[in-house]
Amino acid sequence: MKELLLIAIGSALVNNVVLSQFLGICAFLGVSKKIDTAAGMGGAVVFVITLASFVSSVLYEFLLVPTHTEYLQTIVFILVIACLVQFVEMFLKKTMKGLYEALGVYLPLITTNCAVLGVALTNVQSGYGILTSTVNGFAVATGFLISIVLMAGIRGKLEYSDIPQTLQGFPIVLVTAGLMAIAFCGFSGMI
Amino acid sequence: MSTAMERLWNGMVKENPTFVLMLGMCPTLAVTTSAINGIGMGLTTMVILALSNLMISMLRKIIPDGVRVPAFIVVVASFVTIVQFLLEAYIPSLNDSLGLYIPLIVVNCIILGRAEAYASKNPPAASLFDGIGMGLGFTIGLTSIGIIRELIGVGTIFGFQILPESYEPVSIFVMAPGAFFVLAFLTAVQNRVKMNLAKKGKDTSKIQSGCGGDCAVCASGCGSMTGQGGTKE
Repeated sequence: MKELLLIAIGSALVNNVVLSQFLGICAFLGVSKKIDTAAGMGGAVVFVITLASFVSSVLYEFLLVPTHTEYLQTIVFILVIACLVQFVEMFLKKTMKGLYEALGVYLPLITTNCAVLGVALTNVQSGYGILTSTVNGFAVATGFLISIVLMAGIRGKLEYSDIPQTLQGFPIVLVTAGLMAIAFCGFSGMI
Repeated sequence: MSTAMERLWNGMVKENPTFVLMLGMCPTLAVTTSAINGIGMGLTTMVILALSNLMISMLRKIIPDGVRVPAFIVVVASFVTIVQFLLEAYIPSLNDSLGLYIPLIVVNCIILGRAEAYASKNPPAASLFDGIGMGLGFTIGLTSIGIIRELIGVGTIFGFQILPESYEPVSIFVMAPGAFFVLAFLTAVQNRVKMNLAKKGKDTSKIQSGCGGDCAVCASGCGSMTGQGGTKE
């Protein structure tokens, strides 16, 4: 239990997926204009990454390892993720209309979010079991949710600031991300 | 021959993936801690991009339109796996320093973007050169970011001491925050150039705005992906 907790905190805060590993930058910069859309995207990512970590580690343990085809992991995982996103989308559309409407727009964006494939591969490389992989996936995605919501909050405030014309748009967002990354460096002494 | 040169020029300068199109930001930020890592990542991506463009272009009449994006992904993932094996065998040091980011080339926007936008519509030779050109452009981008970060952060370029010994390295530039700052600076310069061009009344429509370009491309890529793949019920 203690180990799981340490892995979870380590993945969510210390090695934050966006600010120290640079995974999912695309979504982080693109969908962080407003807090509610950022939270929607974060929620969808938590959902998909947790599920994808579970499914990919089950497949790795019970299909790739017994058949000695571990080297196919990249191909298998990316296909699993693409199918999973499709499946989740169709499932939500049929059964949970409310959640589908809240997440709907963001779900298709997730397939090319490299955080999903990144987490699946990290789980395998670190030798995590099925339970640990799922917990790790959930924690990594929570880290993404935290950072994208924080970013959206800061960008909301930036709207009212007087930014030099050259820095408007992408550059100021990157500077903000850099400052956030420095702040998250502060967590590195925790574990 | 002229098509080949035009494609190379297009990839390296006119539509440079890093500075103009703003594609593939994850590896751009993550592996550019040194110039040698930048050039390694760039060349690895170039090989995969050129081979997958060639393959997809040859298969473009066979792959049905409805499943083309999953088919592209399988082609790209296969080449990534092959290249990863080659790196592991022949350049293990590069393989270690790039680590997780080699398999993640699969989800690099540039590769799927070129497959969708160019290789699936054009003959193999032109697609091959398009891949090489785009790959070289990406290599130039990554290497120049790597050089800046290594120079300020360690005081060396490609491992050679450039700045005098008395220089105190600003080590934050080789850490995570430095990547954001260097890219912020480069995009600010790009903004500035664009503003000057606009003042002179030149056509700037070719130069896309930073974030919008990146995310729009990603979003449209994904949109078409799901549009093709699963929503047909």
